[in-house]
Amino acid sequence: MNIKEKIKTIVIDKPLKLDCGQTINKFPLAYETYGSLNENKDNAILVFHALTGDQFVTGLNPITNKDGWWSFAVGPNKSIDTNKYFVICSNVLGGCMGSFGPSHENPETKKTYGTDFPVITINDMVNAQINLLDHFGIKKLFSVVGGSMGGMQVLQFVSNFPDKTKTAVPIACTSSHSAQNIALNELGRQAIAADHNWMNGNYTSKNTVPDKGLAVARMAAHITYLSKKGLQEKFGRKLQERDDLKFGFDADFQIESYLRYQGSVFVDRFDANSYLYITRAMDYFDLVKQFNGNLSNAFKNTKAKFFVMSFTSDWLYPTQENKDIVIALNAIGADVGFVEIESDKGHDSFLLEVPDFLKAFKNFLDQAYSEK
Amino acid sequence: MKSEYKIITDLIEENTRVLDVGCNDGTLMEFLKKNKDVDIRGIEISKEKVQICVSKGLTVIEGNAEFDLKQFPNDSFDYVILGQTLQAFINPEIVIKELLRVGKKAIVTIPNFGHWKVRLNLLIKGTMPVTKTLPNNWYNTPNIHMCTIKDFVKFSRTIDFKIFKSLALINKNVSYINDSNLFFKNLFAELGIFLIEKYNEN
Repeated sequence: MNIKEKIKTIVIDKPLKLDCGQTINKFPLAYETYGSLNENKDNAILVFHALTGDQFVTGLNPITNKDGWWSFAVGPNKSIDTNKYFVICSNVLGGCMGSFGPSHENPETKKTYGTDFPVITINDMVNAQINLLDHFGIKKLFSVVGGSMGGMQVLQFVSNFPDKTKTAVPIACTSSHSAQNIALNELGRQAIAADHNWMNGNYTSKNTVPDKGLAVARMAAHITYLSKKGLQEKFGRKLQERDDLKFGFDADFQIESYLRYQGSVFVDRFDANSYLYITRAMDYFDLVKQFNGNLSNAFKNTKAKFFVMSFTSDWLYPTQENKDIVIALNAIGADVGFVEIESDKGHDSFLLEVPDFLKAFKNFLDQAYSEK
Repeated sequence: MKSEYKIITDLIEENTRVLDVGCNDGTLMEFLKKNKDVDIRGIEISKEKVQICVSKGLTVIEGNAEFDLKQFPNDSFDYVILGQTLQAFINPEIVIKELLRVGKKAIVTIPNFGHWKVRLNLLIKGTMPVTKTLPNNWYNTPNIHMCTIKDFVKFSRTIDFKIFKSLALINKNVSYINDSNLFFKNLFAELGIFLIEKYNEN
């Protein structure tokens, strides 16, 4: 079975006007589903993935042959119980797992888009994904959920389509990308651009890959997903397969070796240009500005029940930024619950088996579902 | 404390918005939801307790009432409940003012430090009272601002809010507190329950 057969795709036939001004039409959106849609079609959960995620939420990812990124959270009897719910996840616009992105061929030039691909936004992503509801004949989702960039999509989705979901679970995210986060994304993008194999984005036609730049981007980003305490506890100053320092620049420390490994496996599954486009979409995300400085207005038309979660050691999307969302919702009397989960695993907590997180997540969904 | 919950429930009208400040494990919220048609929210400082509330399907936000009531607009609830926690705040005055800003009415219950057992305890033993309702020692108690029913009534005059109804709980029996019986209620009630309002500003 080749890669194309492993990826389910719908072609969106409705023109989509992007925030950058361009309009795209007849573009592919790759997706995966888990569980089954019930007769009333009211048990669907749309999962939004984060920066480097994809539509293969759980089970074996057929492309990477590794477990899906939320395998521990989505499945029978898990937080998102696939015995109960029908789970849909699609690869974001600009991604590299089958959805319309910079690695696609431009029909006009017959060349890979590269940096000729239009700049996309979180708003464009959710405007593309709303088409999945029509595809499955779903009038209203039971929930929209996601962490990090997935959480931003949750917020944008509810804002754009206030009556299309019963509940919303934004996790470890923000309503407005911070200067620090823009800076960190820029660091990653510049690492890619500094790789001479990047060729201004035209590496496919030159048959090269800017894997060194992309690996460095991933290494830097990976540090930001962890906490100082978590790193110290896991690695400390432990040495990598050696008894003493070697007085050179090889990976003496386990943490160095770990980061190099994270960088190297990432380049096998991710496209450098997609990394540029998706980080840009995150940087452009500012729901506060979109509503003229009043975030509450983003949600004033929704009756959705919200549940916001953050993590104590997350310094990338800290609790305060998550609380700002809660505050905006409370200001208009929206139905919102909030809990900060104790974890020393940093921003990555939402991608790891943190029992309190998984428990709260499951309890919220199952209780809200039983109320319908 | 079922009788306390029942009194609070009786004070609340149907089809109203209610905020339970320091909602603990959500027992009162559940009781209210079952017995009255109200839209109820909670705020709770303990993560574990918030988790319990979520598992009961209650809408609760983790937060500290002393700082996090700020996020609610004026009069965003019909009732704000503060059950037996006023004495635990660093600044009860600010908390009461916040309750009355966020809620049109507030229901405040206070464990009565004027109860005769407490007085006797202090009088005879000469040490800070440790009772069934106040089980901690002076050095590890969260109750840093204990007050009596009489104190609370005086407090209402000092910081200028209206006590709409005041009730005393004595051996699970409820009775009204008024100026003429205040001395006795302050001596025998375990708990004071007050429905309060801010004075009309105009």
